[in-house]
Amino acid sequence: MRDALLEFSKTFLKAECSTVGKKEYEGPLSDYFDSWEKDEYFGCRSFDEAESEMSRRNINFLLSKARYSYGDIDVICGGDLLNQCVATSFAASGTGIPYFGLYGACSTIAEAFICSALFIETGGAHNAVGFASSHFCSAERQYRFPLEYGSTRTPTAQNTVTGSGAYLFTSDRCGVRVKNALIGRIIDKEITDANNMGAAMAGAAADTVLRYRAASKDEMDSFDYIITGDLGREGHEIAAELLRRQGFTAGSRFVDCGMLIYDAEKQDVHSGGSGAGCMSSVLGAYFISRMRRGEIKRILAVGTGALLNPNSVLQKKTIPAVAHAVCFERED
Amino acid sequence: MDNKQYGEYVKSREKRSPIVKNCFNAFITGGTICLAGELLAFGYESAGASAEDAPLYVLLTLILLSGVFTGIGFYDKIAKFGGGGALVPITGFANAMAASATESRTEGLVNGTAVNLYRIAGPVIVFGTSASVIYGVIYYFFGG
Repeated sequence: MRDALLEFSKTFLKAECSTVGKKEYEGPLSDYFDSWEKDEYFGCRSFDEAESEMSRRNINFLLSKARYSYGDIDVICGGDLLNQCVATSFAASGTGIPYFGLYGACSTIAEAFICSALFIETGGAHNAVGFASSHFCSAERQYRFPLEYGSTRTPTAQNTVTGSGAYLFTSDRCGVRVKNALIGRIIDKEITDANNMGAAMAGAAADTVLRYRAASKDEMDSFDYIITGDLGREGHEIAAELLRRQGFTAGSRFVDCGMLIYDAEKQDVHSGGSGAGCMSSVLGAYFISRMRRGEIKRILAVGTGALLNPNSVLQKKTIPAVAHAVCFERED
Repeated sequence: MDNKQYGEYVKSREKRSPIVKNCFNAFITGGTICLAGELLAFGYESAGASAEDAPLYVLLTLILLSGVFTGIGFYDKIAKFGGGGALVPITGFANAMAASATESRTEGLVNGTAVNLYRIAGPVIVFGTSASVIYGVIYYFFGG
C-alpha cells in the first residue's frame, strides 16, 4: 500500500498562474510567467507582507483566468517558508475559502497538488486551489542574514526564488489531468551544510523517482520530462548520478526548475534557484502551458524539500529531505 | 552508497571558492578602505585637527559612510566583491549593525531595531570585551 501510487480518476487542472519578482522575470523564462513585479516590496511595508501580497494577487489572477470567484472554490491549500506559514495565511485571509496551511519547505507545492487532488477524489471539493510561494528577501531574513549585510556565499549555495504559483483543480473534465502521485519518505543523507541543500535533497529526489519507477512498472519512458523542484545544478547532477547507479538514465528529459528559472551565466545565482516558489512558479508557467499547447503529453513533477530550520543548522543537525512525485497528463 | 560515502562523494565534487581571487579582491577592498582612512586622516590633520583627534574623526566618518552605503543597498555589493576585506575593517561592523537595524524596523523601535541591533555584531562585542578583561588580568599580574 505505502509503495503504491495514489491513483486519481477525476482530478483535472483547470488553470494555473505564476507571479514572480524582477530577477526571475529577467531570467530565461520571462515570456512564460503571467505577471511580475519590479518592486521587491510589492507595494507593502515589509517583505513578509510583500510575499502575502504576491500570493494574494496571484490567486486573484488565477481565478480571473478561469473566470471563477472566491465563492466557486471549496478549499484552498498552500504554504510558504516563513515561520508558521504566515505569508500563506495572510494571502488566503479575506477570501472566505476553507483553508489548509501546508509545510514541506520547497516541496510544498507538490503537497498542495496531492492535497487538492485528494479533496476532489473523495468528493470533499468540486474546485480546489493549491499554491505555494517564497520571496528572496523574506527567506534571507528567515534563514540567513539581514539583506543589506555583506555576507558571501559558497558556489553550491542557491538563490531563493521570489515567486508564487497557484493551480486550480476541478472535477470537471478539462485539458490536463492529475493522473497519480507518490508521497515521498524522509531521506537523510547526513548532509549538514546548509549551503549545499541540493546535495541534501538529491537523495530524496532519487529515492522518490526510483520508488515511482518500481510502482509504475514501465511508465517512466512515457514521460516527456521528469522535473525536480529545486535541486540546483549541484543537486541535480548528484541526483542524476544516484539514478544512473541504480540503472535509470533519464538523460535530457531529467530537468530541474531551479536550473531553468535563472541564467546561470549572466545572473549571479551560484547553483541555481530554490524555495517554495521555484517549482510552483516554473511548473505551471513553463511546463503545463506547453502541455496545453500540445508540445508535451506527460510529465512527472518531483517537488523536493530540504527540511531544515535555522536552529537545527546551528545545532549541527543533519538536513532531512523529502520529495513527492505527481504525474500530469494531457487529455486528448 | 552509504551516507559516509555519499558525504565524501558530495565533498569531492563541490566546487571550491576561488581562494586566490577572493584573497586578492579582499586585499584590494580592505586596502582601499584603509587608504581612504589614511587620506581622511591627512585631510583632518591639515584642516587643523590634532594628531590625537584625527583618527577618531576618521573612524566616525568611515562608520557614517558605511551606514549610508548600507542604507542605500550598496555596501553588500562591495562586500560581495571584497569578502573579508569589506567585513573586517570597522566599516563591516557598522554594516552589520545598520543592516540588522534597518531590516528589523518593521517590528518596532524596541522589539525590532533595538533587539536585533547586535544580532550579528554581538559576538564581536562579547569576545572583544572578554578578551580585554583577560588581557587586563594578565597585565595586572605580569605587566609590572
